[in-house]
Amino acid sequence: MTAILPRTLIGTSTPEKRTRVRNRKAWLGVLAWVIALVAFAPIAWMILTSFHSETTAATNPPSLFAPWTFEGWASFFGAETGVSPLPYFINSAVTSLGSTLIVLILATPAAYALSIRPVKKWSDVMFFFLTTKMLPMVAGLLPIYLIAKQLGLLDTTTILILVYTSMNIPIAVWMMRSFLQEIPAEILEAAEIDGAGFFFKFVKIIIPLASPGLAATALICFIFSWNELLFANALTSVSAATAPVFLTSFITSRGLFLAKVCAASFAVSLPVLIAGFAAQDKLVQGLSLGSVK
Amino acid sequence: MKKRSRIITASVAVMSVSLALSACSGAAGGSNGGNNQSINVLMVNNPQMADLQKLTDDNFTKDTGIKVNYTSLPENDARAKISTEFSAQAGQYDVASISAYEVPSFAANGWLSPLDSIASSSDFNQGDVFPSLTQALTVNGSLYAEPFYGESSFLMYRKDIFAAKGLTMPSNPTWQQVADLAAQVDGAEPDMKGICLRGQAGWGQVFAPLTTVVNTFGGTWFDKDWNAGVNSPEFEAATQFYVDLVKAHGEAGAAQAGFTECLTNMTQGKVAMWYDATSAAGSLEASDSPVAGKMGYVAAPVDKTKSSGWLWSWAWGIQKASKNQDAAQKFIEWASSSKYENLVGTQLGWSQVPAGKRSSTYDNADYTKASSAFFQQTKDAILSADPTNPGLQPRPAPGIQFVAIPEFADMATQVSQGVSAAIAGQQTVQQALSDGQAVAQAVGDKYKK
Repeated sequence: MTAILPRTLIGTSTPEKRTRVRNRKAWLGVLAWVIALVAFAPIAWMILTSFHSETTAATNPPSLFAPWTFEGWASFFGAETGVSPLPYFINSAVTSLGSTLIVLILATPAAYALSIRPVKKWSDVMFFFLTTKMLPMVAGLLPIYLIAKQLGLLDTTTILILVYTSMNIPIAVWMMRSFLQEIPAEILEAAEIDGAGFFFKFVKIIIPLASPGLAATALICFIFSWNELLFANALTSVSAATAPVFLTSFITSRGLFLAKVCAASFAVSLPVLIAGFAAQDKLVQGLSLGSVK
Repeated sequence: MKKRSRIITASVAVMSVSLALSACSGAAGGSNGGNNQSINVLMVNNPQMADLQKLTDDNFTKDTGIKVNYTSLPENDARAKISTEFSAQAGQYDVASISAYEVPSFAANGWLSPLDSIASSSDFNQGDVFPSLTQALTVNGSLYAEPFYGESSFLMYRKDIFAAKGLTMPSNPTWQQVADLAAQVDGAEPDMKGICLRGQAGWGQVFAPLTTVVNTFGGTWFDKDWNAGVNSPEFEAATQFYVDLVKAHGEAGAAQAGFTECLTNMTQGKVAMWYDATSAAGSLEASDSPVAGKMGYVAAPVDKTKSSGWLWSWAWGIQKASKNQDAAQKFIEWASSSKYENLVGTQLGWSQVPAGKRSSTYDNADYTKASSAFFQQTKDAILSADPTNPGLQPRPAPGIQFVAIPEFADMATQVSQGVSAAIAGQQTVQQALSDGQAVAQAVGDKYKK
């Protein structure tokens, strides 16, 4: 099955070969566009549907070119119920940013102790972190609910921050460890020879070098926390409910709701999209650094 | 060593500050503690509840000073949350929307506060509430919930299509007549099917209408001694009839169709008939509905019984652990009152009134004018529904389209998956019901002692 290349194509750059390479690149480009458009189609459909009336939004097949209306968006901003989405977004921001901050503060030193200066039995520690993700999340729901009730933490953003922090720490430790491993030992040794202490090395060398990794980890933790619904729905009621919980309040088994849900879905996913775009450079850099290549 | 302790101290400090700050936040609603006159209400997200939310601040809160914080969720999520909340007596919510399905078990477990003081209030006028609803929400002589709106089921059809085809709909049709009519109107317009019947798995989806068909065909989930009857000839005949009808003349994608899908099919002219909740008529006759004025409504089709419509009501119950019992009672007195119905009628339109619970609603000239096409049939359907004796044999527990035991939801949902698969053509009705019999008998055995 070995392919025998024509002698003209070996080691030379003939016009035919150049054309073939160009064609292949062109086809790859077309393929990339097709994949991108297919991936973007549901988002485009969501945005379009949010500007349709409930009646046209529910048609099958979807009527993409139906007249536009802002009814769905008006419902999202409380035209039907008088409920503003803002408090829910504030709660989401507090829980997501709060938990992400704590995760980074705890996971970065942990990752340092598991990569640059590995503690004894570091691989067992890594495995322990992994095992915490093996239990299905729903299995922990009732115990956490009862503990939160006993502690008086139901319907507070505190309980969500605690839950999201514990959910994300294992992922963050694994990610940060792979980023920190990429830092050449020679740089740290050179700093030590120059008399740098631990704090100086950590703050002035390791953190800047790992900043793309930190950005990627932060973004992943932020996205996971922002999108979480199961615990948010169970542990909150009126004061600490988050944006995804607010989103589900538009779904009804007695009536049409597609347009308002699409408007709400787009609005809820907007902060994540913005965060993704803002951190795009760091994210690509970060993801190509560690083992998540 | 010093450095290490500094790191630990710094981390703990940052965490403490973050948690303390977050504890102060919680922006979405008010607190229910202290002297704040506020209550928390958990409810299903039905259109009638959205109207309530809209009218509360400017009316109830303005008059009483009691702020109401609502959480509205899709039906399944709301039920799950209500079960967790009430069973733990967490006290986060003062009031929740419950139904005749939950009331018997919730009351027996001591999770609900009795509402007898509301029932005895002359302003509220409990005698005006349909007796069948009051009875369904009463346990051991105490009333535990007050209805917000009530509904039965009936058959909705396109009068214009029937007229064009020269067909007449009997006022009390039999299921066989409905099947024959479905065959005749199937294809009356391009892409129009004969009838829409729920096929989506779920005890509250396919088994809501299907259980009423089973009842009128002479079947039952359990006999009075808790013997399951899911694979009985009557249950099987009813299910086979339902599945055959929906496969032959039912809506496209029937195995995934629930109330919302059938409502869409009906308003878009994709079906000529629809058997479902009486409350659907309000949406069909709404000013922006393309089929408004074209619809006719008749009693739920029967086979061996005189009537077969279901009885359902979303009602308000107060959690026993609530610390705001008085404010919660005031809220229920307002939300379930005839005064609130008038408020909806004058401010949002009479077709949006949460009807189906009070006799006086049907004496209101404004309401009867706005709902002239369906109010009488709705009232007749609700009054003819008998939750204690819905079929041909005595039952061990009340309920028409359900059996009022906590296990019913899981049990019927499991059986419904087989029926839904039969509608999709993936298995036979016999297979689905044979599997379902084992599931139902396991539940029945628990109650046999």
